[in-house]
Amino acid sequence: MRRDRRKRRLFCRIRKILTDAYVSCLLALPGILMVMPVILLLSGSLMSAQELKEAFGPLWEGDGWLTWRFLPHYPTLSHYIKLLFFTPQFLNAFWNSVFLVTVILFFQLLLAVPAAWAFAVYRFRFSRFLFTVYIVLMLMPFQVTMLSQYIILNDINVMNTHLALLIPAAFSTFPVFLIYRGFCDIPRDLLEAGRIDGAGELGLFLRMGLPLSSGSILAAGVLGFLEYWNMIEQPLAFLQDQSLWPLSLYLPADAAGQEGEAFAASVLLLLPAVFVFLLGREYLEKGIVASALKE
Amino acid sequence: MKRKKERLHFAFFLLPGFLGICVFTLLPFLDVVRRSFTTAVTGEFVGLNNYRRIFANRAFLLAVKNTARFTGVCLPLLLGLGLFAAILLSRLPGAQFWKSVFLLPMAMPSVTVVLIWKMVFLEGGFLNRALGTRIDFMGTGLSFWVLVFSYVWKNLGYTVVLWLAGINGVPSDTVEAARVDGAGQIRIWRSVILPQLKGPFYTITVLSFLNTFKSFREAYLVGGAYPQERMYLLSHLFNNWFAALDLDKMAAGAVCMAAVLLGFILLFSALLLRGEKE
Repeated sequence: MRRDRRKRRLFCRIRKILTDAYVSCLLALPGILMVMPVILLLSGSLMSAQELKEAFGPLWEGDGWLTWRFLPHYPTLSHYIKLLFFTPQFLNAFWNSVFLVTVILFFQLLLAVPAAWAFAVYRFRFSRFLFTVYIVLMLMPFQVTMLSQYIILNDINVMNTHLALLIPAAFSTFPVFLIYRGFCDIPRDLLEAGRIDGAGELGLFLRMGLPLSSGSILAAGVLGFLEYWNMIEQPLAFLQDQSLWPLSLYLPADAAGQEGEAFAASVLLLLPAVFVFLLGREYLEKGIVASALKE
Repeated sequence: MKRKKERLHFAFFLLPGFLGICVFTLLPFLDVVRRSFTTAVTGEFVGLNNYRRIFANRAFLLAVKNTARFTGVCLPLLLGLGLFAAILLSRLPGAQFWKSVFLLPMAMPSVTVVLIWKMVFLEGGFLNRALGTRIDFMGTGLSFWVLVFSYVWKNLGYTVVLWLAGINGVPSDTVEAARVDGAGQIRIWRSVILPQLKGPFYTITVLSFLNTFKSFREAYLVGGAYPQERMYLLSHLFNNWFAALDLDKMAAGAVCMAAVLLGFILLFSALLLRGEKE
């Protein structure tokens, strides 16, 4: 009897291990598709020009196949060196990106955190309606707001400057929505207790609100970084001067022979994004779940 | 008294951002609505003329058709694949690792994605090599499917995360109760868990619908302002109208698009509210 039960338990465990292994194999296929591009970029950026020519040559000639070695025979950093030290346009674009993303995130949070606090803590007749307006604005794609943004940016004479990207982005309502969810999780009693202890509203916001919802603020930061690091539509429409363009629009001429720089530039563009992604993975996930349109 | 104070505090925290939104988003949009009824150059009132013009415009109809087709293919595909992956993941011990793997494409900037797609989909690229064929994926109607693939690849991560959060949110005693009552695994999924996933379903639908517009990035970087005809989306059209300074057409187009989207959002939030009351 007892042996029977042990046998059955063993059987169950083996079955569980087997299904887990099977499911893992099933997921591995899309998983490889997700990770492969990073590996391709890394290996390509380390190949010598000669090796790249051998790999891509047949592709451009018209009837050959693209060949690939995932471990370059003669790894070299020459493409990185060329980009970082001898291509001022690249560095310029890189710093444009860093500047834009930093300033956008700073002002977004500066404006969005108090706004989220207002929606989460205080109630009056129009606050629900206003919040709906914020959600609708958050969900409108760039194409809908493009013309209205252009009209006002043109009126205040900032077209073709970085301000044309900074101003609309600073007033984005997406972070308001995300951070609002974080503030809603703070128990109302805690705030009441603070008020009874004599804390002012600003004090409550700074000493309780900010520390207790730092998670959702970070989530907004991570999602914002990934979004603005990859900004394409706005600079394309509002910046004519290419020296103002961010790195997300920097594509070295894809003429044959330039692949090395293209790969290295892609890796350098990818690195900060992946770095932020890995650091903020947990917050990223929370942010995505919080952006669920519940409530 | 307390009411009044509360309103004051609300205004204090909200106003700085809200004023900016009024000046830079809401008021200019009202101006766009006004402009959609006038000519771009002289500002003369022309009634519905601009709307009539865009609906007679071949490029507009093509872009609407492609965008509708793209959305119609992408949404069910993404929802289905994401749910399938989430169901698989929900019983796996290493779910955290897989979630990160699936989210990774979200961090990949479009420029780098495009470089890889060229290596994969060109005539001598990896896909053709694997299939042993020489199909021109980028230059024919198949480019549409390349774009669909690219969209699913990029958006699958958050879809899986949202479905999983929904699945994990189903109380385990409900599931246990069903099991005690003799329900099999498939029955539990169909009758107990799936009906409780309405929230994630609406969320994913709205978010992925709006993300379809961001596929413009990949399409533009691959094909430029005038890509293969099947890839010509509303975003391309707006960009080209903008470049040509066709502001009256753009105004009418933006108003139409905003109206359709607003209807879509309101419909879904109404459905969501009803779903939660049940």
